[in-house]
This record gives sequence, structure tokens and C-alpha cells, in this order.
Amino acid sequence: MEFISQHPVLVAAVVKIAVLLFIVMTALAYLTWLERKAIAHIQSRWGPYNVGAHGLLQPLADGIKFLFKEDVTPPAADKLAYILAPFLALSLGLSAIALIPFGPPSRVFPNGQQMFSVVDLNIGLLLLFAITSMGVYGVALAGWSSNSKYPLLGGLRSSAQMISYEVSLTISVVGVVLLAGTLNFNELIGAQSGYFHLMRVIPRWFIFPQIVGFLCYLTSAIAETNRVPFDLPEAETELVAGFHTEYSAFKFAMFFMAEYANMITVSCLATVLFLGGWLSPFPDTGIWHYQNYLPGAGLLALAVYCAWNTVSEMRGIARLQLGVVTLLAGGGGLICLYPPIAAAIQGPFWFTTKILAILFFYIWMRATLPRFRYDQLMSFGWKFVLPVSLANLVITALMILVWPHVRHG
Amino acid sequence: MIPIFMFIVCAALAVAGAVALIWAREPIHSALALVLVMIALAVLYLLLGAPFISAVQIIVYAGAVMVLFVFVIMLLNAGVEERTNFSKLAIPGALLGLGLLVEIAYWLARSAVGKALANGANAPSTEVSTRDLSEMLFRQYLFPFEATSILILIAVLGAFVLARKDS
Amino acid sequence: MSAIPISWYLVLSAVLFGLGVIAFVFKRNVVTIFMSIELMLNAVNLAFVAFARAYNQLDGLVFVFFVIVVAAAESAVGLAIVIMLAQNRQSMNVERVNLLKL
Repeated sequence: MEFISQHPVLVAAVVKIAVLLFIVMTALAYLTWLERKAIAHIQSRWGPYNVGAHGLLQPLADGIKFLFKEDVTPPAADKLAYILAPFLALSLGLSAIALIPFGPPSRVFPNGQQMFSVVDLNIGLLLLFAITSMGVYGVALAGWSSNSKYPLLGGLRSSAQMISYEVSLTISVVGVVLLAGTLNFNELIGAQSGYFHLMRVIPRWFIFPQIVGFLCYLTSAIAETNRVPFDLPEAETELVAGFHTEYSAFKFAMFFMAEYANMITVSCLATVLFLGGWLSPFPDTGIWHYQNYLPGAGLLALAVYCAWNTVSEMRGIARLQLGVVTLLAGGGGLICLYPPIAAAIQGPFWFTTKILAILFFYIWMRATLPRFRYDQLMSFGWKFVLPVSLANLVITALMILVWPHVRHG
Repeated sequence: MIPIFMFIVCAALAVAGAVALIWAREPIHSALALVLVMIALAVLYLLLGAPFISAVQIIVYAGAVMVLFVFVIMLLNAGVEERTNFSKLAIPGALLGLGLLVEIAYWLARSAVGKALANGANAPSTEVSTRDLSEMLFRQYLFPFEATSILILIAVLGAFVLARKDS
Repeated sequence: MSAIPISWYLVLSAVLFGLGVIAFVFKRNVVTIFMSIELMLNAVNLAFVAFARAYNQLDGLVFVFFVIVVAAAESAVGLAIVIMLAQNRQSMNVERVNLLKL
């Protein structure tokens, strides 16, 4: 016990990492569910429906399947690189999420540790880019070590695409850094607090002055994570499955999870930089602090919807499961209406909402857009997105020079 | 306690990576060993209070330059490295080199700069902020900074011309 | 709170540099020789950062920045040359590149 009292920083960090890892892995699993359901509904069909109520246990079934599948290794594969690649991809994808603050730094534990972020680095943004730039190795090594034509081509193309769009990804963010004057995530979010003078309704998020930067960032992020419309290197009709063709069972599951973890990381970064992070879009007018009760109200609305679905459900087991979900949502909603918890839950709630909005945008694009051909993809990246983000940087710098009061920081 | 532990781990990883670079039979394993060395050095830069340089090392060196090396190895499909015969002259050479190393370590440890502490009570306790480094880069070293941008342009043009197929 | 003397970092830098020289001399593959050059540059970077900390000046860090940039440019051009060489001679063994004419 005295170990805990003598090393509070270490123990607090370990506990936060464990909680964050649990939440992120669950979010990864249910992100796959959300993607399949959303794409299905956009395409006028149901999606997973049978496994749990409305397919809610589908991720669990997929996980069990991946655990029990046969693990086939190509005989001429380079053992070190073959085994290293999925581990590298997954661990890098998960570790980037540790840098991001999910709530205000003013919320602290009794020993002074921040409650909602694992670490608070002065160069947080740079380190996040360092971790994403190392992610290229997972793809390149996977493609090469499989010792087969399609994975090699897919791996080379995919990694070339990733390093091309990485340049415009970092440049499109520099405009935000110029306006805020810092690389620290908490200070970046703090620079977005308040409202524009014009109508006191529009919050001072960086998406409004840096809309071009936001669009460049979003495009580069979709290309960086190999999602539609930039997913030619792993499309099924083109290259079988691209760089992860020869992987089976758990290693394939690790690549799968790594892709979704990269999506979550990139969405978290977009939220922090452009959408105001954990800041609420509703002003604090002081009328009973109404904005504190919005999370609770939202969860109770979700509980009502689940209750309606429970009542109109035919099958017994599904009814039971939906009833459990209703109870959880209702209980969560009632807990969030309790004032001290409502004030504390604000930050993470708005952060999660914004992340879900961006992830839904990702899934929406996958359901609707066709994919780019590879040479179109590369020329788009180098000849359009990169010059536009450079122009954004130059114009932002000029405007700060001419009108110094534009800076938010 | 923690800085010494981190230093020993990172130094061991760096030396292990360098030895693996020499010992590996395939170039791709040497490339991965070099990436390990670079990451270990990035952590050492963090210990030395230069966080910006450690991030730049990972982004540029380990994340771009080594990716280029890995690409070239994949493209050229370099085979297994041939083994040479072990020359008997290597043993006295290695002993001499080891002796030189011990002597360098001894004199470094006795010198004034060697006794300065990187961490701890007498060391400068603040880490170098990005603002300080960028002020120095853009004020005092502005000309070299602009010259390196021209150098990068020359390198891009050179690589482009060299890799172009004559048609 | 124990302290690490700067001489430890400098000895590590010397060891890495020496290992880079050994790799440069003993290896035959062109790309591996290039990588040993990068290892030597990294060892020198470590020495620079250690000295910058010892004398509490930022000039060492600026020089490390420039070394990284120059190493990146040099490896780009060098690897382009290596690719052309390997495609011309069909071999990546440095000892086979011993004639001015093919």
C-alpha cells in the first residue's frame, strides 16, 4: 500500500492507461458494429441483426471467430517482419490515443493528477505525428514479408500513399498551431474557448477561421488511414486484400483493429484541433446551468428509443437484451442528471459526440463514394492537396502578420 | 532512479541495435535494427531535455529516411548478405579498439564536461522549449536555415532526375 | 533522484560511432553501408545533444536539426544513385562495382 502513496504519479498513470485501453478496445469493437449498421441502412438493408438484439453482439462473435481461426503462415515468409508488422501497427495505433485530453485539465484527482488525460506534454502534437509517421512500417513490412505478389504491390502502394499524404496532413495543421501559438493539446483547446464577437453564438473553434485547413486535414486523414475513397491498396476487387492478404486469424484481427484505432486517433486529433475538443458548443448563460443537463437528457432520449424498440420487438432473447440496454441508458441518463456528475461529465461527453460525428462522416463516405485509381490518388495528393495546404499556411501567416489580434492564443 | 534505469535500457537497446545491424544476414533486418537505434536515441534526447529534437528525430529520421531505406530494400529485393572468412587480424584489432574505448571513457569521466550532470540537482532543470529553439533558429541561424531549404530542393530535383527513365 | 554524468552519453556516442565504422568497413551490401553512415550520423547527433546539455546552450540542438535535414537530403540522392547502380550492374555487392565501364 505504501508503494501507491509513494509513487502516486506512476500508479495514477497505470490506472488511467488501463481504463483508457479498456474503453478504446470496446469502442473499436462497437465502431465495427456502427460501420456495418450505418452502411447497411444507407444502402437500404438491415446489416447485422441476428447475433444480438440489432446485431449488438456481432463484435463479440467476430472476436471469438478471430481467436479460434487457424493461423496460417506462408512458408517462405520472413518470420521476424511477418510477426512484427501487425504488433507494430496495433501498438502504434493504440498508443497515440494516450496523448489526447478528453476533458478539462482543471478536473484533478486529490493528488494533483489530471483526471481526463494520461499525459500532458508540451509537444503533444509533434509526438502524435511522430507516432502516426511510424505507422507506415506496419504496412510496408506486412506487404514485404508475405513473400507474395499482391501483398507486395499493395504494401508498397499503401505505404507510398501514406507517406505522401502525411506531408499535407502535417502542413494543414500548422495553420492552427500558428493561430494558437502552442503545441500543447490543453492549450490548443483553451485557445478555442469563448465566442466570436459578431453574434456571441458561434464558438471560436478553429474550424471557422481554418476551414480550408480542416478540409485538407480531413482529406489527408482519410488517405492516411487507407479508407474509401483512398483505399485502392486494400480493395477487394483490385488487389485481393492488399498488404494483409496472407494474414489470418488473430494477426488479421490486429490489422483490422489497427485501422479502426487509426481512424479514432485521427478523429480525436481533428476534434482537438478544429472542433474545440471538450468544449461545449452551448454557452454557459447561467440559467440553471442548463447546458450541464444536456448529456443526461440525450441519454434519456436514447433510453426512450431503446424502450420503444424493446416493446415492439418480437423475439424473447432480443427483447431481454434490448431491455438491458434500455436500463443501462436510462440509468446512465439519470446519473448524468445529478448536478455534480453532470458538471464533471461535460468534457468527455462533448468530446465523444464530436468524435462520433467525424467517425460517422468517415462511414458515410465509405458507403457513398467510389474509389480513386492509384495514379489519380497520388496526383491528387501531391498536385492538389499539398499546394492548397501550403497556400493555407502562407495566407494564415500573412493574416497574423497584418492583423495580430486574429491570434486566439 | 528512473533516469538511470531509462538510460541503461535505452543505451542497451541502442548498442544491441547497432550490433544487430552488423550481424544481420538480411538488409531488411539491418534496417529494422537501425530504426530501433533511432528510437532509443530519441528517448535519450528526451532524457537530455530536448523534446523537440526527439520528436523531429522520430518524424524525420525514423519515420521518413528509414522508410526510404526500407522501400529501396524492398524494391531492389536485396538478397542474403554473403559471409566473409573470419580474419585472424580482427582479434588484436578488436583488443586495441577496446583499449582505446576504455581510455576515452576514463579521460572523459575525469574531464570537467564529463562530470557535469545531465539530470539531478546541479543540472539545468528546465527542458528546452520549442519557442527558444525556434527563436534561435530564425534569428541567429536564419541563413543556414534558408540554405538547407535550397539544399532540400536540390536533393529533390537530383533524385527526380536520377530516377527518371531516359525515354 | 540520481544523476547521470554527461560522460556516459559521450561514451555511448563513441561506441555507436565505432560500431558504425565497423559496419561500414565489413559489410558488402551498398544499402547496408549507407545505413552504417546514418548510424554514425546518429552517434554524432547524440554527442551534440549531450554537449548542448552540458554547456546549457541551444546551439548544439540547432546543429542537430541541420544534421538531420542534411542526412535526409543526402540519403534521398544516395539511394537514387544506389537504385540506378543496382539496376545497371544487377548486383548490390559493393565489390562488384570495381570497373568504370560496365
